[in-house]
Amino acid sequence: MSLSNSYNQNTKKKHSFFSFLNYGEVSGIKEKLIAISLFVCGILSIFITIGIIFALFSEAISFFMRPEVNLWTFLTGTNWRPLASKVVPENFGVRPLIQGTLLIAVISALIAIPLGLGSAIYLSEYSSSRIRNVVKPLLEILAGVPTVVYGYFALSFITPLIISFFEDTLGVEVRFFNALSAAIVVGIMIIPTVASISEDAMRAVPRSLREGAYALGATKFEVSTKVVVPAALSGIISAFILGISRAIGETMAVTIAAGATPRLTWNPLESVQTMTSFIVQVSFGDAPAGSINGQSIFAVGATLFVMTFLMNIISDLIVKRFREVYN
Amino acid sequence: MNSDQITEREFVYREKIELRKKLGQIFYLTLVLAILFGLFMLAVLLIDVGIEGGPWLKSQIFTNYHSRFPEEAGMKSAIVGSLIVTLLTGLFSFPIGVGAAIYLEEYAPKNKLTDFINLNVNNLSGVPSIVFGMLGLMVFGRMFGLFSPNSWLVSTFNIPVNDGSSGGLIFNLFTIPWLEIHLPFGRSMVAGALTMTLLILPVVIISSREAIRAIPSSIREAGYALGTTKWHVISTLILPISMPGILTGMILSLSRAIGETAPLIIMGAFTYVPFLPESIWDKFTVIPIQIYNWITLPQADYRIHLAGAGIIVMLVLLFLLNGIAVFLRNKFEVKW
Repeated sequence: MSLSNSYNQNTKKKHSFFSFLNYGEVSGIKEKLIAISLFVCGILSIFITIGIIFALFSEAISFFMRPEVNLWTFLTGTNWRPLASKVVPENFGVRPLIQGTLLIAVISALIAIPLGLGSAIYLSEYSSSRIRNVVKPLLEILAGVPTVVYGYFALSFITPLIISFFEDTLGVEVRFFNALSAAIVVGIMIIPTVASISEDAMRAVPRSLREGAYALGATKFEVSTKVVVPAALSGIISAFILGISRAIGETMAVTIAAGATPRLTWNPLESVQTMTSFIVQVSFGDAPAGSINGQSIFAVGATLFVMTFLMNIISDLIVKRFREVYN
Repeated sequence: MNSDQITEREFVYREKIELRKKLGQIFYLTLVLAILFGLFMLAVLLIDVGIEGGPWLKSQIFTNYHSRFPEEAGMKSAIVGSLIVTLLTGLFSFPIGVGAAIYLEEYAPKNKLTDFINLNVNNLSGVPSIVFGMLGLMVFGRMFGLFSPNSWLVSTFNIPVNDGSSGGLIFNLFTIPWLEIHLPFGRSMVAGALTMTLLILPVVIISSREAIRAIPSSIREAGYALGTTKWHVISTLILPISMPGILTGMILSLSRAIGETAPLIIMGAFTYVPFLPESIWDKFTVIPIQIYNWITLPQADYRIHLAGAGIIVMLVLLFLLNGIAVFLRNKFEVKW
């Protein structure tokens, strides 16, 4: 009896936040206390987001309230010299950091997108399930390797290769710490992200679509590229965006391999500094709370957060808006 | 139809199908090359680390602290720090993550708040780890400066705080000596573990939810049919059945936490800690930070060889944890 009762209450109070407390199965003080504490765990994630926004922006705002800094020159200025002896707004332009970040993100996307998409098509369309069960976990190890190891790999293996190729073969000058080396390892690191999300999207394409195309006489290549990939396009594009957003937020590999020279350049053989590696550099130098450097990392961190957050939202929207739903 | 007599259209078709098949073969080869590239780089990375670091993997890595002489340098304090921080992270994130998963799967009504929590958990899992470090620094490390000598909280309530870097408020909870609490958490292992908890919480929630969702509703209904309460069904049926899946996700998240460097650097973990921690309020370092520290040193012995040896230790630890997770999943997973 109480069950049917609660069912009625359920349907009535469907939109109330605490309707879960009125289910018939949740009777008695103990049950309700447990339900409330689980609810607190559930909404904690919202407080984490609020905490991130509050922590980043409260410090960032006190950074911009300083007379030495100015929001406009921060966004448009082309010099980032926070450690210079002269503390003037002209030394706090974040564009070199953003451009360094984008330079590495673009090159790593150029590596990871074709390789990740190719791997995804192979795993979803061509491989037997036996090969897939072996290859996919192996590929995902790449995503599980700690990023500091990629930094090490860049310095001990990729950078010497780049230097011997460009300097000794082509005669072009290369910095030891260069954006290309960091971008290559970041690209390798995000292959599994791109591959596994794209593959999920392609596997969700129903069999009947493929069979219809085969019945019209299409080859496997044509089915894969003209039927499956277009049908899964929203998922594939969101995989690309998530991969790039990971590359933007990547920290240790770029800190180790790309150097610490904020520079407004599109030359990948130069040393650059990304937003993340600036934050690490300052944190390592023990900037005291309330100092201009201690606050500048929060301004940079807020910029980074906004960029990756927007990309994640866009990727979400693309999936929701353009997803083809098959039954 | 006689096979010798080919119409013109069929001739064109046959010529084209040859081309199309060729194209398909080239495409297939490209795909195989794409996936082999990823696997090849993984192999090169492991071999590179093995060659450079392998000969330096001696007992001093586990028994010594960092030293000015590369032959004597080790990372004892980093290994201990990593283990304690990871253990604490597990203790903090397990109840919260599983609690949130239970709420979202079993209790949450279909309303806007639930949708918002779902969206939020998914978005948090895409936030760069370094941002969690900054959150941890403000919330746990500094507590927004609430316990510094000149804050409004301290002056209003006349709280007896200490000055200096290890300052703030120190008291014993319920006056039990070993239940010491330091406010703010500063650069201690507690602050590091809580920061890591925030970082892995979205992943723990998502994987625990998947484990709980895999249980068919007939199991729940069987429990309710016996007239039990909701929590009784959860604690005696849902949790025991989904525990292998939950633990697998938990271990995988913790192994991610072991390899994370940036949040702890931001939060204020140290690079040189020449002693073992005596309490969870001590300063600490972890394996990846020690490796990073060695990579940044100019001598090749540190930069290449010792760092390589440290990486081998960390990777072995990670493979062991992942092995346990895979074992748990294969051994105890229930297929419905």
